[in-house]
Amino acid sequence: MTEGMVMNLVRLLLYLVGMIGFAAFNAAYLTLLERKQASWMQLRRGPTEVGPWGLLQPVADGVKLMSKQLLLPRDVDVPLFLLGPIMVVVPPILCLVTIPFSETLVARNFNLGLLMIFAFGAISTFVLMLAGLASANKFSSIAAARIVAQNIAYEIPLLVIVLSLVMSTHSFNLHTIVDQQAGGFWHWNLLRLGTNPLMPVAFLIYFICLLAESNRAPFDMVEAESELVAGVFTEYSGMGFGLFFIAEYVNIVVGCCLATILFLGGWHCPFGLLPGLHWFLIKMYALCVMVVWVRWSFPRTQFYGLLNLSWKILIPLALANLLLTAVMLKLF
Amino acid sequence: MTIDLSPEKVYPVVSALLFAGVAGITLLGAVVAASARRLVYSVSGLALSFVGLAGIYLFLQSPFLALMQILIYIGAVCVVIMFAIMLADVVEEKSARPRALLAGIACFLVAAMLAFALIVLIGRTAWMPKAVQVNTGAVQDIGRALLTRFGFAFELISVVLLLAILGALVVARTGRGNNRE
Repeated sequence: MTEGMVMNLVRLLLYLVGMIGFAAFNAAYLTLLERKQASWMQLRRGPTEVGPWGLLQPVADGVKLMSKQLLLPRDVDVPLFLLGPIMVVVPPILCLVTIPFSETLVARNFNLGLLMIFAFGAISTFVLMLAGLASANKFSSIAAARIVAQNIAYEIPLLVIVLSLVMSTHSFNLHTIVDQQAGGFWHWNLLRLGTNPLMPVAFLIYFICLLAESNRAPFDMVEAESELVAGVFTEYSGMGFGLFFIAEYVNIVVGCCLATILFLGGWHCPFGLLPGLHWFLIKMYALCVMVVWVRWSFPRTQFYGLLNLSWKILIPLALANLLLTAVMLKLF
Repeated sequence: MTIDLSPEKVYPVVSALLFAGVAGITLLGAVVAASARRLVYSVSGLALSFVGLAGIYLFLQSPFLALMQILIYIGAVCVVIMFAIMLADVVEEKSARPRALLAGIACFLVAAMLAFALIVLIGRTAWMPKAVQVNTGAVQDIGRALLTRFGFAFELISVVLLLAILGALVVARTGRGNNRE
């Protein structure tokens, strides 16, 4: 074995361990962030018992989930039921592979990275629906039907927005997209009004679609605990249930990373000082806090409201944005 | 005995193994799709087969096609088929009667003939030499080819899609009107 191959294998293994660790850490501590922030917004104290300020709460949660029995209800379709939680975690973790966290910290600088993330995101819709159908439960089936309607409706504006962004960046490579935004915050895609005056609107549409695609409140029709018990997750217990939540939080992280890269200049500093990993993480976690903030501020919408928002407002806006970008590119 | 692990020796073996794996997944998915009793399994098999096909595209150095295969065929086509199954509420016969032997043999014969014809065709076709292939399936090249050389086909496909949308609208409209009366 040559030196290069060994280095490649070691690099591969290190990134694999790093990705899974990063995903697990985020899943664990975003739940704590969610609970702390919710309690802060509702004038409560949240988890305080386990560790200082409740910092060990995620560990306790994990131990609890792992020690619970994995129940298999009688009428369940066993292979698909068991495959659901496993397959739902894999795509978001794979998405992390192509995300450039800083100038040098990227597992695989893939030319079509942006496209890859959306392709793998599409798989998780399918898997969530399979899990719902395999559960042999009315609530799960209704939730599965909702997932399809919701994810198809919001995938269209999301892809159209990203398409108009790609038209102005000329690249699917996330590293290149960040590189183009070097300098101060006025170089960020969010404020590149020269190529498209509607850029801030595009960011807003992206953010709404991010909430809907990762099934977060106010669009959490998949879970909707006041209507559907726990939606798709109703029949799952123990770590099977836990895996769905890990997937949800990793999806949020991937979505926020993508927003940081596409609109907020990635690892570049707003004032052109000290670019690096820390700026990426600050922007990414600020967006995560915003996602949680939205969840605890707005009530769940009705399902028709959800679909109307997408088909009647977001899609026409996204298409107008696409057209405007094309016109601006042609004129200037 | 020392094993020679130089890149020239290892890479062909690895790529052959990868190809075998990808082709195996495609075939396995196809067999599941064709032989499953429950429709849910058929669609899952189809999705698995699509994943394998995406792998083959990747193997042929065309990552753009591979990703589009996953994005469109799994993310849209499979999901919509599954949705249709859920809406149609198919009564799934758990203890379906054993399939007719004669029909099985006939199917096998037809499939075998098709496979034979395809293999013969593949053997006889004069393939393009490697250098002429679109370079590494880059997005720019595909886009240029779609809008110049294959422009007519591209526009025709969009007309077909437009007709499909209009048809869906017509069907949905009449359904709603009947309910109201």
